[in-house]
Amino acid sequence: MSLFSKENGAIFTGPLNLNNPIAVQVLGICSALAVTSQLKPAIVMGLSVTVITAFSNVIISLIRKTIPNRIRIIVQLVVVAALVTIVSNILKAYVYDVSVQLSVYVGLIITNCILMGRLEAFAMQNGPWESFLDGIGNGLGYAAVLVVVGFVRELLGFGTIFGLTIIPEGAYMEAGGLYINNGMMTMPAMALILVACVIWVHRAVNKEENK
Amino acid sequence: MKPTFTEGGKLSAFGSLFDAMETFFYVPNETAKVRGAQIHDAIDSKRSIFFVIIALIPAILFGMWNIGYQHSLAVGCQDATIWCNFLYGLAVILPKIVVSYAVGLGIEIAVAQWKKEEVHEGFFVTGMLIPLIVPVNCPLWIIALATAFSVIFAKEVFGGTGMNIFNPALVTRAFLFFAYPSMMSGDKVWVNANYMDSINGTIDGYSAATPLGQLAAGEAVTAAPMDTIIGTIPGSIGETSFVAIMIGACILIWAGIASWKIILSTFVGGAVMAYFLRYGDAETLNFPWWEQLTVGGFAFGAVFMATDPVTAPRTEAGKWIFGLLIGAMAIIIRVLNPGYPEGMMLAILLMNVFAPLIDYCFVQSNINKRAKRAAIK
Repeated sequence: MSLFSKENGAIFTGPLNLNNPIAVQVLGICSALAVTSQLKPAIVMGLSVTVITAFSNVIISLIRKTIPNRIRIIVQLVVVAALVTIVSNILKAYVYDVSVQLSVYVGLIITNCILMGRLEAFAMQNGPWESFLDGIGNGLGYAAVLVVVGFVRELLGFGTIFGLTIIPEGAYMEAGGLYINNGMMTMPAMALILVACVIWVHRAVNKEENK
Repeated sequence: MKPTFTEGGKLSAFGSLFDAMETFFYVPNETAKVRGAQIHDAIDSKRSIFFVIIALIPAILFGMWNIGYQHSLAVGCQDATIWCNFLYGLAVILPKIVVSYAVGLGIEIAVAQWKKEEVHEGFFVTGMLIPLIVPVNCPLWIIALATAFSVIFAKEVFGGTGMNIFNPALVTRAFLFFAYPSMMSGDKVWVNANYMDSINGTIDGYSAATPLGQLAAGEAVTAAPMDTIIGTIPGSIGETSFVAIMIGACILIWAGIASWKIILSTFVGGAVMAYFLRYGDAETLNFPWWEQLTVGGFAFGAVFMATDPVTAPRTEAGKWIFGLLIGAMAIIIRVLNPGYPEGMMLAILLMNVFAPLIDYCFVQSNINKRAKRAAIK
């Protein structure tokens, strides 16, 4: 099978849309609520999950035939934990402020349902290249939802995008305008409602496919 | 005239609107079936909603006058007449009512048309409650946003009127409270903003803090206990007057709309908790324990919010538990949580969650009791 065959393309694009880990499988919600109050940590989190899912998929797929079936979850966890530690240290070294904002949620990628789900459901049965594509696809599908939610929350909650002020100063009530930032957007509760909206739109658009 | 509006008719796009108007003005044809056990009868909710609106009238009228009265106090205008104060309040509150109805009913009619269902009339009450539970300075666009949020996410996603878990008016207030805290609490929001621009300016030493706000800040209450009963204190538009709310409560109980059990048990729960849980020295704070029941939104919440038949328990014994816990919880939040001077909203929303559980427990225990009785025979 060639590297970029149709089947492999479907493995990659499936999780981006019709099999999206958040919008369709509703996995990995906890971190999606916790890290999306601003756009930058949301993007960093999405990329971290993408990298970890892709490489843990590859590693597990390479050693899948030698893993004893009874202890496979432990082996998977060790691989994921090692990768999470590497990513966490890289973040601390190069984007320290974002890693502080993400706090424990980078470490908690170990328990992310998307990761365990892909390892169990895909990497244990498929070759390394397919697993790699599947990991990238799922990670990016997760990241896409995070970016949408992070964008809305930062814009309406803080009036900024990437820390740059978008809403003009004069519009605020302190300056005599009418506008106030929505404090609810900075809370995780609103992130849940926004994720619900994403799922709603997604289902409305893909009505035929779901039937 | 009707065929024009039914499916395929010329004006079918306005079918929901027509249907709403038709049942609003005429009595619908359905009545409760005589057979079978039914928890509630088929009285059209427009009839009960009509009485709730009537019961709200004293609170609305008093709220209008109080807006003007507080404004006159703030600008130091002693000789303002009752009518002057009243008209001033009317001018302030009317846009809020219009916005709340326009947004809420607009969404409801759109959804009904889209799903090809009847328009439900529950919003007539919600739309009137929303302006009454916000501070007078709340900007209109914020009210519109919060109303839209609550109608969509607290009501329509659950299936519309009668299906909601939470009281939509309270969800509106909760959204405002968490999203725009600077608009919902503090000293600046309770008296109309225009006094800032008026020629006189505010008089020295004028404070527009609510009694609960003063208590949360550890200060003595300036309002006399009698003022909190009559209602001449700053506060959300409809909540200040204990007397006006009690007139409403009498109308509701007389008409059989609201459960007197819920109202009474909420007050009992609140009174018991207030007696044991105090802010501190009653003398220095000028705050006797019973005043907990007359300040803030306690009375308004107990009479108009907790009794919402959709979100309260249906079992009679459950209503007692529901009310007692609301009253107690509201006082606990007020006294023990320094972040929230007022606890009524959160207490009712919390108990809304537990209402189905309370019902389940009582229905189940009743079933068990009867099963045992049947087994003995």
